[in-house]
Amino acid sequence: MRSFDNYRDLIVVLTQKEMKVRYKSSVFGYCWSVAHPLAFAFVYYIAFKIIMRIQMEDYTLFLIAGLFPWQWFSSSVGAAPTIFLANASTIKKVNFPRNIIPLTTVLQDMIHFLLSMPVIIVFIFIYHRTPSLSWLYGIPLLLAIQLTMTYGAALFVSSINLFFRDFERMTSILITLVFYCTPIIYPETMIPEKFRALIYFNPLSPVMVSWRNLFIHGTLDPAAVAMGFAYSLVFLAAGTLVYRKLSWKFAEVL
Amino acid sequence: MSEPVIIFDSVSKSYPLYHHITGGIKNFLFHFPNAVSQLKNHKYEALHKISFQVYRGETFGIIGRNGAGKSTALGLIAGVLKPSEGRIAVKGRVSALLELGSGFNGELTGRENIVLNGVLLGLTRSAVMSKMDEIIAFSGLGDFVDQPLRTYSTGMMMRLGFSVVASLNPEILLIDEVFAVGDMEFQKKCMDKLESFKKSGVTIVYVSHGLKTILQACDRVVWIEDHRVRMLGDAREVVNSYAGAGQLKLE
Repeated sequence: MRSFDNYRDLIVVLTQKEMKVRYKSSVFGYCWSVAHPLAFAFVYYIAFKIIMRIQMEDYTLFLIAGLFPWQWFSSSVGAAPTIFLANASTIKKVNFPRNIIPLTTVLQDMIHFLLSMPVIIVFIFIYHRTPSLSWLYGIPLLLAIQLTMTYGAALFVSSINLFFRDFERMTSILITLVFYCTPIIYPETMIPEKFRALIYFNPLSPVMVSWRNLFIHGTLDPAAVAMGFAYSLVFLAAGTLVYRKLSWKFAEVL
Repeated sequence: MSEPVIIFDSVSKSYPLYHHITGGIKNFLFHFPNAVSQLKNHKYEALHKISFQVYRGETFGIIGRNGAGKSTALGLIAGVLKPSEGRIAVKGRVSALLELGSGFNGELTGRENIVLNGVLLGLTRSAVMSKMDEIIAFSGLGDFVDQPLRTYSTGMMMRLGFSVVASLNPEILLIDEVFAVGDMEFQKKCMDKLESFKKSGVTIVYVSHGLKTILQACDRVVWIEDHRVRMLGDAREVVNSYAGAGQLKLE
């Protein structure tokens, strides 16, 4: 069987491959992973600040602190339906742990998120704030939670989509719905009081709100972190369960 | 003979026909009763009660017509497929000489693809790196290893694939009909390499339609027809009756 060293190298090499392939023939490369959330921030700024005139200070910073981590989640899960299909020829010929493929996709998006953090910091300085010491433990903690959550979701989606290809369309619709149900472009305080408790039924809310508060205020709410962690375990369990049930059939349906 | 390293014990493999689900939910619902019974009963049996053993150090050929079930047998040995019935035992690390270009990425250079392929086959990165020069030398690709793979010809891809597998100490080697695209010189090199593998005790399972190379390389051969074992035994006998059945003349 495969050794631990081989597992580690598989993850490293496959993640490197993803990174290299992604921007290999584009001129601006890394800039695109920053451009995407920035463009969305710009659009929402126009729509909500200029046209709808939302009453909020530093709305741009608010948007950016939420959109960058969201970008990680949505781009991984959005890519998930097709990742096994894209590696079909390898899966059909080589016996290797296939769950490494979604893992490398998620890791790759995580690295892009980390690389885009300087942009967040620039905006933090523009709005006369400073990075906080709490980032030292807050960022690794939230990274671990979101990594677990995103990996679980990606594993779930990618496994099911092989057997039920319509899942790809459903996923993209679902991601959009969840995005608007998560307090990213609006603060949770704007939700009418009687509905406010509902946002915690959205597994993404605690993590996204925590990221934003950590970036802007340097605070970390233990309750939100605990909730996010619990949700991430649920995602991981669901993804692993589905993968275990289905993975032996992958080579048959590809 | 030495101990068996691959054992197929009355192995059957059937695929349910998935097209009703992959044909979309609409299709599935419109033909619901039909679809369900089809899912349950409509199976395609790719292999039916196949039994054979491959011994350590042996070169074992699989021949048969298109669709007879040869590739399914290889998939079962590699462990990417699971048998529907019967028992399979494989002892040792299986290296599959991949179909052209699979396990490779067109955007990466030859060198990067060597590492990618090596770790997929179960080695550590440092083990692959230490063999890098040997692999490149064997492939004869020269400066081309630093070019992206999409610029390679099929023959060059085959060279790269074979060089990786050949240099990484395989225990059980699966080869699925790939040599045909190599030029004469490289085909000769491959055959020599296979010969040296035989001497060092590597087990090789070889699927091909090139009866001549099968005769050259294999000790024993199984002939699969209609998803069943039609004949199993000494390479020359099996190949001759296979050729006879197809009214082929062997040179």
